[in-house]
Amino acid sequence: MSTSASHAADHHGHDHHHQESFISKYVFSMDHKMISKQFLITGIIMGVIGMGMSLLFRLQLAWPDEQFGILEMLLGKWAVDGKLDPNFYMGLVTSHGTIMVFYVLTAGLSGTFSNLLIPLQIGARDMASPFMNMLSYWFFFLSSVVLLVSVGVETGPASAGWTVYPPLSALEKAMPGSGLGMTLWLVAIALFIISALLGGMNYIATVLNQRTKGMSMNRMPLTIWAFLFTAVLGLLSFPVLLGASLFLIFDRSFGTSFYLSDIYLEGIGALENVGGSPVLYQHLFWFLGHPEVYIILMPALGITSEVISTNARKPIFGYTAMIISLMGISILSFIVWGHHMFITGMNPFLGSVFMILTLIIAVPSAVKAFNYLTTLWRGNLRFTPAMLFSIGLVSFFISGGLTGIYLGNAAMDIQLHDSYFVVAHFHLVMGSAAIFGMFAGIYHWFPRMYGRMMNNTLGYFHFWLTFISAYLVFFPMHFMGLAGVPRRYYQFTLMEDFSVWADVNKLITVSAIVGGFAQLLFLYNFFVSIFRGKKADQNPWLSNTLEWTSPMDVRLHGNWPGELPTVYRGPHEYSRPDRELDYFPQNEPDETAPEVFEPAVVTEAPKAEEVPAENSVFFAAIKRVFGLSR
Amino acid sequence: MANHTTTEASFENQPTWSGGRSPFNVSYGKLMMWIFLLSDAFTFSSLLVQYGTQRFSNVVTPITTKWPDPASIFNHFPGMHGFHLPLLFVSVMTFILILSSVTMVLAVEAGHRNSKKEVSKFMIYTIFGGLAFLGCQAWEWYTFIGEGARLDGNTFGITKQGYDHLHSVGFGSHFEWLDGDRTFGPVPFAALFFIVTGFHGFHVFSGVVINVVVYIMTVRGVFERRGHYEMIEKAGLYWHFVDLVWVFVFTFFYLI
Repeated sequence: MSTSASHAADHHGHDHHHQESFISKYVFSMDHKMISKQFLITGIIMGVIGMGMSLLFRLQLAWPDEQFGILEMLLGKWAVDGKLDPNFYMGLVTSHGTIMVFYVLTAGLSGTFSNLLIPLQIGARDMASPFMNMLSYWFFFLSSVVLLVSVGVETGPASAGWTVYPPLSALEKAMPGSGLGMTLWLVAIALFIISALLGGMNYIATVLNQRTKGMSMNRMPLTIWAFLFTAVLGLLSFPVLLGASLFLIFDRSFGTSFYLSDIYLEGIGALENVGGSPVLYQHLFWFLGHPEVYIILMPALGITSEVISTNARKPIFGYTAMIISLMGISILSFIVWGHHMFITGMNPFLGSVFMILTLIIAVPSAVKAFNYLTTLWRGNLRFTPAMLFSIGLVSFFISGGLTGIYLGNAAMDIQLHDSYFVVAHFHLVMGSAAIFGMFAGIYHWFPRMYGRMMNNTLGYFHFWLTFISAYLVFFPMHFMGLAGVPRRYYQFTLMEDFSVWADVNKLITVSAIVGGFAQLLFLYNFFVSIFRGKKADQNPWLSNTLEWTSPMDVRLHGNWPGELPTVYRGPHEYSRPDRELDYFPQNEPDETAPEVFEPAVVTEAPKAEEVPAENSVFFAAIKRVFGLSR
Repeated sequence: MANHTTTEASFENQPTWSGGRSPFNVSYGKLMMWIFLLSDAFTFSSLLVQYGTQRFSNVVTPITTKWPDPASIFNHFPGMHGFHLPLLFVSVMTFILILSSVTMVLAVEAGHRNSKKEVSKFMIYTIFGGLAFLGCQAWEWYTFIGEGARLDGNTFGITKQGYDHLHSVGFGSHFEWLDGDRTFGPVPFAALFFIVTGFHGFHVFSGVVINVVVYIMTVRGVFERRGHYEMIEKAGLYWHFVDLVWVFVFTFFYLI
């Protein structure tokens, strides 16, 4: 054990005895475990609001001519006579998208589990900078508050869709939601970006710098790999959104014309703006927007890898292939943004380049899907709720991913663009899949967070109701989209051709309401289990990873009393034939191995002068960078 | 958390990436500064992409552009009214900023020798360099605005020579001929200048604030008690980055 680590251990061993005030323990906490709970609870609250919004506009889509007294009671002048206001409908769609994409599935998912698992699974006392970690949460909190305020302002929330394309978002007079609501939206997103950057820097620095002894890169659980790539994506793509929205702010408030060109506005006449390009905003936005999709999905994939491996009692199939495919997805995600813009007037040649690159993403995605299936194949399966949700993720990932191949084609996109086909595609592949990953993570690591177990029976009901209703909601949308039903429309009653879809819309809405009620089961289960759940064992899932070796019964800032654990093997050594137990924790020394105290993987790296000059220093460097030199 | 000096010592025999040590032999703070700079580079890239898009959508032929010629606009120098001194003032600004980077290097070097006196001396020089740069930028903006630069319009245009060439190739007939040597150019010209140099100036300003804080900490002996001057290095990384970004901004806005 190193001197530094044992010093830190002593320090922390004494540290947790002194009394913490309520404020420093629960509010401005710098303990990554508490911060992860803060992210989770805020994310859940935002998720409830976002889901509630979707139910409101689903009601409108299913029964466009009906009057719901309850809506007027809830929304006042936004639903006069119980009928949703068209402008507010647009605001609801926008807020639902923003909340779900940024607040639930980015901060709520990655924020929660990166914070909880990175220090615990790599064997660190806390994040590299606990203070910045705390700031990250509070910027996120502030951002959530500003966004919720923007929903309540008199002129309505931002209404240009979650992508806030100009000119709708740039001209205050374009629609009611483009006024104060849009300004607050931009403020909220700016705060969110700061939070994401503070968090992301911390995650990367922690994973690279704070791994415990023996935790080489190729012994890290796949969750950590996923969080690492997620943080890198966020760090490189969010600043571009910051730049894009900076110009948008100037266009809105200071009369510049970056995104505006030759616009005629009803009631005002021709505007003075000339020379700008609204397509440029789309380029900049989707340079964030596409990596953002993987920022949402990759943590869920990482969680699934871990949960499936643990509950199939098998090593994950193709550990290295999983890492390489994560890496491939990360790199490709930066060079495919144009597939969101095939019909914007972009050069068709560029369209085919983006199309080819987009279709290449199918390769690493398929590698991941097949690896999940082969991990499950002949495994010793335990169907815990977390396992069910992980398998649900794989199902959504496959069925949503298949439609991605159609949407990625520039020619097909002419028909499918901005139709319900797109809505169905992304709600399955990144919406439902990511939220299922989040549920899997919550059910799996709830004992780690609160020291208690969630109720399994409620979990099963929650899973099956959610799984079936999600498919019932999103599967029919494919057919609507193929028939050309456009998204973001308030109602279709004036379009005779679309009247055949009225019943389908009712089916979707009823399913969505059932799915919404299923979440009440989850909320009940979650909040009651925090206080009344069965006490959890130290390692309830008989898992290998380090987070289950930190004591469960006391909340310890510093995670381990005494020394940090030393790691002797990879995270997925389940059902080893030479072992009696079917798991082999990472921190348990192997008595039969020749070197007991020295980590087994470690071979002496060649000294600089011993490396032959022409003998591919480059490859040696790559090997060492990725810890491949076994 | 982990103290990087002891970590280095205990694990010097371990392979770089095997855990229990920092693979780059840096503290988490320095690593985070590098990561932040990487992400900030993307912010500036997005601004320069906006510039490039506007700039090159105004290129008519490979040799003819509707974009105003920066050398004929930024040709003023304080106290030298009436002279045509293209880009002289901005060159002086650039030189000042680069000099302040040099003094920052000297401060970092003095920090390695734990020489409190020299560190504070060179930090003072660096702070003055930053303030001088900001002052120059204020003058530059003042002059530019005084000549009619606005966010929502552009009074700067192409020269007579360029105008004639545009006509000879069949473009530019919709330009309004203003006076002896100028026509209206593309609208975002001045706005881009203000936003991008303003954003850079904001970075310089933050850098000066950081440098002042670090200077005060040096003078009060915080780093002396801590035993190392790593904070100077972190501030230095940021300062050099700001300097590097200026080189790009300078190239894009004044030279191309």
